[in-house]
Amino acid sequence: METYSLLRDFADSWMLLFLFSFFIGVVLWAFRPGSTKTYEYHASTPLRNEDRPAPEGARRPEEA
Amino acid sequence: MTNYIKLIALGLITLFALIAANYARDLAYLVNALTVALVAGGLFLWVLKHTDEPGARGDLSGEYMDGVVRAGVVATALWGVVGFLAGTFIAFQLAFPELNFEWAQGYANFGRLRPLHTSAVIFAFAGNALIATSFYVVQRTCAARLWGGNLAWFVFWGYQLVIVLAATGYLLGATQSKEYAEPEWYVDWWLTIVWLAYLAVFVGTIVKRREPHIYVANWFYLAFIITIAMLHVVNNLSIPVSIWGSKSVQVFSGVQDAMVQWWYGHNAVGFLLTAGFLGMMYYFVPKQAERPVFSYKLSIIHFWALIFLYIWAGPHHLHYTALPDWASTLGMVFSVVLWMPSWGGMINGLMTLSGAWDKLRTDPIIRMMVISIGFYGMSTFEGPMMSIRAVNSLSHYTDWTIGHVHSGALGWNGMITFGALYFLVPKLWNRERLYSLSLVSWHFWLATIGIILYAAAMWVTGIMEGLMWREVDANGFLVNSFADTVAAKFPMYVVRGLGGVMYLSGALIMCYNLWMTVKRSPAARAASSTVPAE
Repeated sequence: METYSLLRDFADSWMLLFLFSFFIGVVLWAFRPGSTKTYEYHASTPLRNEDRPAPEGARRPEEA
Repeated sequence: MTNYIKLIALGLITLFALIAANYARDLAYLVNALTVALVAGGLFLWVLKHTDEPGARGDLSGEYMDGVVRAGVVATALWGVVGFLAGTFIAFQLAFPELNFEWAQGYANFGRLRPLHTSAVIFAFAGNALIATSFYVVQRTCAARLWGGNLAWFVFWGYQLVIVLAATGYLLGATQSKEYAEPEWYVDWWLTIVWLAYLAVFVGTIVKRREPHIYVANWFYLAFIITIAMLHVVNNLSIPVSIWGSKSVQVFSGVQDAMVQWWYGHNAVGFLLTAGFLGMMYYFVPKQAERPVFSYKLSIIHFWALIFLYIWAGPHHLHYTALPDWASTLGMVFSVVLWMPSWGGMINGLMTLSGAWDKLRTDPIIRMMVISIGFYGMSTFEGPMMSIRAVNSLSHYTDWTIGHVHSGALGWNGMITFGALYFLVPKLWNRERLYSLSLVSWHFWLATIGIILYAAAMWVTGIMEGLMWREVDANGFLVNSFADTVAAKFPMYVVRGLGGVMYLSGALIMCYNLWMTVKRSPAARAASSTVPAE
């Protein structure tokens, strides 16, 4: 099979499936249990640290 | 030690640029080579003068790097005025062809000035706005100083050099004739280097962040930086005819070249003028409204939906061309689907104000941001509609397209940038407040009415000329000649030019206001250093 058909076949089968399921996965991930509380903290990021950087080691390892 | 390496490198660049100027095969290349020689030579002397001075002062990780943001704010305002002025002038050139002066033929006629205008507003004004705000936002939302020390300054000045080389090149005739990618090969190579440095500064700052999470604005900025790098490199694959001249030959040809060009062109809109500016929206709207974004979940879905869809929309620029039907249908379908995440983002931005709508009455900066989101919603509805093949058969090649671009660029990109500049200047220069809020209101109304005049004039003239072009008589002959449509457009062209004058006056008022803010406004109280950062 020449390169064009090979890539075309791959693009509208497996790659399409991968991109589509990745996207559905992102949507489900955004609505995972407990996300509302986590996102409340993340959403207020711009309202912190306006004047100077946070002190060394400020990153909280338990949150990702 | 690094100073010696710098001196050697700058000396070699100066020497090479002078040799290039000597062998130059065309005027644009000659001027660009001399510009490079001047810049590199000047830097050489500057480094030499400061070479034995002690290095950076101590540990700076406890402060943000705002000098480069201040420079970026100044550059944004100045290039904005230059770009709007060029645009207003060429608008009047279209209405009054005598403005293509005989004595300036070949340098300042419409064909030479048009890319100067588009590049000045897209890359000089919007590009500088994105670089400056991204440096500001990434530091605040990562709670860390910019990574890479003076690399951020290299990005800033390197980018200004790209703009100067491109602009002088256009006027003297160096162009590879690709819309929004006109600069010739050596400018493209230099921009690639600068852009990779930009990516390094941005990612480096994210990596050393002191916040657990990468805030959504940074996702948008990062998508913008990475995608522009990819688009820029692929669309500018070309082979120079000679290293002593500006001419180069594209690697792709025919319909492949057209498709790559509009894949680039549309995603320059999608990632530079949309994703990057959404990054701005997700930081500055919550800041000015003093409340977090409406829905963080929606912002995540907005991000992934937007970047997954935008990249496919390019073929809608090539309806009814040699491009296969399946490809233009694909572009059309994705453009229509794109309407959803665009409006999701618009709703997210607007609803951030829920519970604070009263600010619209009292705060002209919020008003500016809200109208920019409004224009974003309007043009992201208009765009998908125009990408439908049947609508496109009427709208394509007419002024409707130009009207659409400007309601997005002047309305969305311009207004949100003005809002961000009004927010940033008092913060960056440590001022209590802006010099004058009533001048902000003046700017707001001048700009808004200017955009409305512009867009309305272009709707009328665009649809009119589209209908005139396709009008046939009972025997199937075309009714109108092209010159008939040009003559019929005259009144609308004058109105469009007046809209430009109003928009430009608004920007000049803004520059005055920002200047007086720095000069006259009372200094803000020193931020109390006893309060811990959390």
